[in-house]
Amino acid sequence: MALVWGIIAQALHIALILAAAPLLTGVVRWLKARMMGRRGADPLQPTRDLLKLLRKTPVLAENASAVSRAAPYIAVGAAVAGAALVPSFARGMVFAPLSDLILVAGLLALGRVAMALAGMDVGTPFGGLGAAREMSFAALAEPALVVAALTLAILAGTTNLDAIAAAFRDGGLGLRVSLGLALVAMVAVAIAENARIPVDNPSTHLELTMVHEAMILEASGRHLALWEYAAMLRLTLWLALLSAVFLPFGQAPAGAAPHVWVVGLAAWVAKMGALALALAGFESAIAKMRVFRVPEFLGAALLLGLLGAIYLFVSTGLT
Amino acid sequence: MPAVLTALALLVGALVVLGVAAWPLSRSVLGARVVHGGVALAGLLLAAGGLAGLLGGVSSLTLPFGPPWGLARLALDPLSAWFLLPVGLSAACASLFAFGGVHGPVAPRLLVPWPLFLAGMALTILAADGFTLLLGFEAMSLASWALVAHDDAQAANRRAARIYLGFAGFGGLSLILALGVLAGGAGDVAFAVLRDAPPEGWRAAAVLALVIAGAGSKAGIAPLHVWLPLAHPAAPSHVSAVMSGAMTKVALYVLARFVFDLMGPAQPFWLGAPLIALGAASAVIGALRANLEDDTKTLLACSTIENVGLIAIGLGLAMAFRGADLPALAALASGASLLHALNHAVFKTLLFLAAGEVLHGAATRAIDRLGGLIHRMPVTAWAALVGVGAAAALPPLSGFASEWLLLQALLAAWRVGDLPFQIGVAAATALTALAAALAAAAMVRFWGLVFLGRPRTPRAAGAQEAGGAARWALLVPAGLTVAFGLLPGVLLDLAEPALRLMAGAGAPRAGVLSVGAAEGGARYWPVLVALLLAAAVGAALWFVRRRAPGGVARFGAPGHVMRGPAWDCGFIAAPAHLPFGDPASQPSAAGFGQPLRRMLGTSLLAAREAVTMPPPGATGAARLDAGFHDPALVALEGPLPRAREALATQAERLRDLSIRQCLGLTFGAVVLMLALLAVLGGR
Repeated sequence: MALVWGIIAQALHIALILAAAPLLTGVVRWLKARMMGRRGADPLQPTRDLLKLLRKTPVLAENASAVSRAAPYIAVGAAVAGAALVPSFARGMVFAPLSDLILVAGLLALGRVAMALAGMDVGTPFGGLGAAREMSFAALAEPALVVAALTLAILAGTTNLDAIAAAFRDGGLGLRVSLGLALVAMVAVAIAENARIPVDNPSTHLELTMVHEAMILEASGRHLALWEYAAMLRLTLWLALLSAVFLPFGQAPAGAAPHVWVVGLAAWVAKMGALALALAGFESAIAKMRVFRVPEFLGAALLLGLLGAIYLFVSTGLT
Repeated sequence: MPAVLTALALLVGALVVLGVAAWPLSRSVLGARVVHGGVALAGLLLAAGGLAGLLGGVSSLTLPFGPPWGLARLALDPLSAWFLLPVGLSAACASLFAFGGVHGPVAPRLLVPWPLFLAGMALTILAADGFTLLLGFEAMSLASWALVAHDDAQAANRRAARIYLGFAGFGGLSLILALGVLAGGAGDVAFAVLRDAPPEGWRAAAVLALVIAGAGSKAGIAPLHVWLPLAHPAAPSHVSAVMSGAMTKVALYVLARFVFDLMGPAQPFWLGAPLIALGAASAVIGALRANLEDDTKTLLACSTIENVGLIAIGLGLAMAFRGADLPALAALASGASLLHALNHAVFKTLLFLAAGEVLHGAATRAIDRLGGLIHRMPVTAWAALVGVGAAAALPPLSGFASEWLLLQALLAAWRVGDLPFQIGVAAATALTALAAALAAAAMVRFWGLVFLGRPRTPRAAGAQEAGGAARWALLVPAGLTVAFGLLPGVLLDLAEPALRLMAGAGAPRAGVLSVGAAEGGARYWPVLVALLLAAAVGAALWFVRRRAPGGVARFGAPGHVMRGPAWDCGFIAAPAHLPFGDPASQPSAAGFGQPLRRMLGTSLLAAREAVTMPPPGATGAARLDAGFHDPALVALEGPLPRAREALATQAERLRDLSIRQCLGLTFGAVVLMLALLAVLGGR
């Protein structure tokens, strides 16, 4: 019976994530616009844009290879696979044994490599520039994420996200300094990975500092829709990851009956909304930094993550 | 199973015979093909022997001949059997590639050392006494040196061969000293004897230091890695493939044999720390250099340094876990190392052979003269992409499985319990992740610049792909990379006897479908991940096709696309004399490496950049000069020649001594020797 509920929860989770991704991006955009004193587009606008783009025939460069055509599907596939593994409203979904933090990082890397290669496929200066920067930033973001994972793995005893969420909710770990430092590190990585301000500006085009958009300049039609959708899924994945690990309250435990899911769903929507609000507020309040300041930003995240782990060693060593 | 060992010993003998016979055979095409085919077959047989050795038990063999003081001994235990797999597979693929590349008589200096190289590697692995081990190790070094030095018309190759020979001599000397310290006064270097008297205290530390210097210099562990990016590109491609794929693994095997077997299990945990630290340093330096090099094969050699570093971290962790009496974690760490050794051997062979194919098709190794080869060499490009994905540690390919295991071992290393060790290992975890991400960047740079974009030279635009055996030599390792990535559990189960030898306990049973960190810990299910990915990609395809409206159907199938000139932010098209556009308007090798050169290169590799602008009003081109130095090479090339000079100057003075002083010197030497003998004999 638990297996059936697990399958149903998993299916619901995937449907929820797939539908929530464009909506979340729309909400963040709308919130940002409101904070900046504009009226802002309807939060459903990104969904409509995607559906419109899907109907359009892509125009490929004459020398584009099969990479340009295959990469968007790989990127979306990797993002969907990653998002399917991060628990949202319930734990104990059927993919729970697979939901490993390092694997999610690997799936994100797969999507990133697909995007970088697509950016280089036509041989335009902007694509290569964006690819070089994206891979370089990722090189600094990855250690910060793994060091944060070290803190989580020490506290929870595993890197399995489902088990981490369970340990943090039921284990009564409470507030910890090292957990806070890991949170800061992971938020910094999330900002860099999602190309948000201050690392990159998601609403800019044709600017010398851009990273993410530079790689998909040649994409159009359904390919562009797929790239945009992959980016939206990635944002959803990261916010869901942060809320699953650091805000685990409200989540329905494994094997719970469907009526508990409603509570979990409401809690998840509230948490995602709060994170979207925080993101919009942060992005409105801060200016984009110079590209070559990003290493300092991510280096600070790495050091804070390391500090969190060391604090944990020292504190457990004393008791 | 003694029969397997006997067969393997005969195979080594046959390879030596083949090496000698290669001299007359090199005159004809058929003869060269016989040699390469024979080596390919021998490689396959070595791998099969390794498989049989893993499934069978331990066996040993005493040869009827040997050094003057005894007989040579061979043995096949799970550890040596495991390392026969990467060596055999790598050599088989590389030889198949070379077989396809024979179109005329081959120079004897290129053909004769090739079977001897493989024989040396196999002998090192099969050796059961110190002398045989050194014999094989030196044969391997000398044969590969001859192959590196084959093209001595170029000064760069001569320099590479010279430095390589210096490092090989240093490595061999260190190993001799390590054996000497291990054997002590008794002088018997049979492994069975050495095992019974494990070193303790300072002797253990000295053996470890000497083995790291000896085997580590051959494997490319920092700071003894500097010969690798010089020597590997100088050799022919199939030789570079085996040097990177197999020879570094043989060196790591020697390291593992000493620290896990001969030094005994009762060593303190901190002995693992130097290996972890040096491995982390190698991983970062290698991966960073791979982002800055502008030669395909040099780039791949630097990536080898990175992977050797990762394997060394795993070995160091296994030592630490074993010393701290955590056998399950020791099995996890050594499993990660062994798996990565095999995976790296296969995908690096594939990448070097692909670089060789590019060199053959487009006649250059310089990234700035390549580009767009996916259109001209599709099979090479797609096969190389598999290797690139594995080297970049992307799921579900083989590199991800072993690096996942390594990260799990690192994440569990705090259980050793010592605070300085915990802090060091946390730093090593960060460095490992940094190296893995840097490797991904380097691989994107390699594949993207070589195979994607537009051709940067007419020669690259006219590149041609070879067919036949060379194509299979790429497709076979690509298939193996996928298979090893999907079934790491099977490989770990196969390696279990070797893990028991290294860690003292069996790993938690891996099972076919998954590999796990520990009981109740995180698990990785590669087949399910691959299925999930495939389902997600399939669903995306299905949904997109379903949404494609009927209005597009007149262009053809829903998968239809329109073609046009590159948008390129509205830049105007290139003039007619540049049919592929201006090749300089796409990223160059130095340009793609620029962010990392600025972020990390300035501090770690003394990278520099200088922009020379024309004076205001002048229309000349601006110039960007960028470069870097490997600090280890600077340290090597500075003080070492100076020390040699000083020594030579001092030695010159001996020439001017009078006869009385000469006799006095001799007398003094004799007295010193006698005194030494008296002191040592009195103990």
